[in-house]
Amino acid sequence: MSGRERVLGRVRRALADVPREEVPYEQAVPRGYLREHGGRSVAETVELLAENLADYRALVHRCTDTGLPSLIAGLLRRHGSASVVVPPGLDPGWLAETEVTRVADTADGTPRALDGVDSVVTGCAVAVAETGTIVLDGSPDQGRRRITLVPDHHICVVRVPGQVVASVPQALGRLDPARPLTWISGPSATSDIELDRVEGVHGPRTLEVVLVTVR
Amino acid sequence: MSGTFVGMPAFPRAARTAVRDTTLRGNLRHATRTIRGKRAQAVAELADWAELREAGRRIKDHTLRHLDRYLEQVEEAVTAAGGTVHWAADADEANAIVAQLVKETGESEVVKVKSMATQEIGLNEALEAEGIRAYETDLAELIVQLGRDRPSHILVPAIHRNRGEIRDIFAREMGAWGRPAPEGLTDRPAELAEAARLHLREKFLRAKVGISGANFVVAETGTLVVVESEGNGRMCLTLPETLISVVGIEKVVPTWRDLEVFLQTLPRSSTAERMNPYTSMWTGTTDGDGPRAFHLVLLDNGRTDTLADEVGRQALRCIRCSACLNVCPVYERAGGHAYGSVYPGPIGAILSPQLRGTGSEIDASLPYASSLCGACYEVCPVAIDIPEVLVHLRERVVRGGPATRDGNKVVLRPAKGHAAERAAMRAARWAFTRPGALRAGQRLASRTRRFHPRTLPGPGRAWSASRDLPAVPAEPFRDWWQRTRGGKDTDR
Repeated sequence: MSGRERVLGRVRRALADVPREEVPYEQAVPRGYLREHGGRSVAETVELLAENLADYRALVHRCTDTGLPSLIAGLLRRHGSASVVVPPGLDPGWLAETEVTRVADTADGTPRALDGVDSVVTGCAVAVAETGTIVLDGSPDQGRRRITLVPDHHICVVRVPGQVVASVPQALGRLDPARPLTWISGPSATSDIELDRVEGVHGPRTLEVVLVTVR
Repeated sequence: MSGTFVGMPAFPRAARTAVRDTTLRGNLRHATRTIRGKRAQAVAELADWAELREAGRRIKDHTLRHLDRYLEQVEEAVTAAGGTVHWAADADEANAIVAQLVKETGESEVVKVKSMATQEIGLNEALEAEGIRAYETDLAELIVQLGRDRPSHILVPAIHRNRGEIRDIFAREMGAWGRPAPEGLTDRPAELAEAARLHLREKFLRAKVGISGANFVVAETGTLVVVESEGNGRMCLTLPETLISVVGIEKVVPTWRDLEVFLQTLPRSSTAERMNPYTSMWTGTTDGDGPRAFHLVLLDNGRTDTLADEVGRQALRCIRCSACLNVCPVYERAGGHAYGSVYPGPIGAILSPQLRGTGSEIDASLPYASSLCGACYEVCPVAIDIPEVLVHLRERVVRGGPATRDGNKVVLRPAKGHAAERAAMRAARWAFTRPGALRAGQRLASRTRRFHPRTLPGPGRAWSASRDLPAVPAEPFRDWWQRTRGGKDTDR
């Protein structure tokens, strides 16, 4: 007997007491919980996102779309970056005012090569205000998962208010499970030493989130 | 379960040693108190916590009651997305499958994401025996691995170590495993985290095989979810060419939407954060991004035996947040090692004896590793009634009876060492159903009370070692009631 048949057979025998025609899934789960916590205006939701991002030590910046290229150039300069990974679909205008070396995100690049790059600039799929989370889904303006992992400095651009939702339930509704998803809430951290949160382990130690208002 | 736990002494003996270790008690007190306060605050932020908890309980219960159907759905969805599904009835089968998969890649080392399932089956030791070196990459797991230690907490396996001890382990051991710790390493947590970053980076960059568990598997989409903090999970899940995930069959949830419940309750319950720093979700393989080969190993290893128990099966709802450990007065004093399992604390006390059976000394003693205060039930984000299962398992240990082991129905014999308890209960039943005998006995007890010992002899000694025997009153209650007409004739 294969492992599959053995395990499934055991499951079925274990559930001998469960009636075949039980309450279907749709009725088995009460969804009395909230779709979002508290009623906020669009501006207040964006404000909450900024607050919660900062609470977990992400550096939050705001600008309009016309001011974005100079802001990004300034962030790269201040971090002392000489090179930046660029996802294939990133708006080229975002990097128009910086001179740092561009490194393309390609399938044949190695993790080791990425380790030598200072920064990465990406867009995002959605941002969650209540938890201070940005979600990447591998779209062309975000690139492969590894480019936002190996470099030590991540600049993530969030278009507000269009990409901002209030809550986790709302975020899941906007995402496609077939895509590889990465939820990011602040820079890499650990609670492993005396259950106290310390920032800066394996992921980027500096996370800068730019909330850009599209005019 | 892991060979490192074989031959563990029963809980009371292990706990007695642990409570005398003042460093251990200090470390645990500090860590559990810090997290308790923070968790309460994180939970209070959500006005609908009770509803989320109830939804979580119902989702898990529904899934468990129809697990065969959902497992088949997982298999279909993962396969359709480019993954390969394997089934393992026990630890040996799972270890053999993983070892074979690693060998097929031609590699002799793997990087690992922290995973309870692979701890439970002793995967690292099994791979070592096959000439494959497994590197733990979670900070706490690294501390445990470098210190040749055992995990003592579900979330923070090195919770029994303080920063000074961690510094010493890093300074002493890192060199033998790879890049040594920086010169002059201090015990500042940020510096210790930096040392781990440097030590492990080299391993991440060259790794060809990653091994993980998963917090959730979504049946309708075939999506796996790993919730973490440090980024070591992301490294192991995205940089290697081959990814092998070993996942207990109880980790399934039916739909994508169900994640909206657990992604709110899990981070707040475990690390007391609104959201953990990183959560990875993947469905099979993605062209040009991440591993080219993905294997999912579905693990039974005692879970179906647990599922067969109508009271005990609720333990399978557990999402491994460890909130029950952090509030438990017994865990706070005895520490995780005394539980003799990778699952310590209240959840371990009901999970280990069900996954492994109550055959060994340690497993038969675990249902008693509790004062039944119920704090664990109160904080549980999926409302597992741990005290109910503890009492149920105590009954099974003392009385024996039907159970399921390795998929077969068996009848357990009553455990040894409970003869005095059984005799006392039988005597109580006899006396309480015979009012005359009870009255005579109570009067005799009252008249001889000057001669009563302060501690019990024989097998009762363990009970009275830490308690005073209740004093017998000068007059039995019923005699007093009749004499004074319930206190109305106070002058008599």
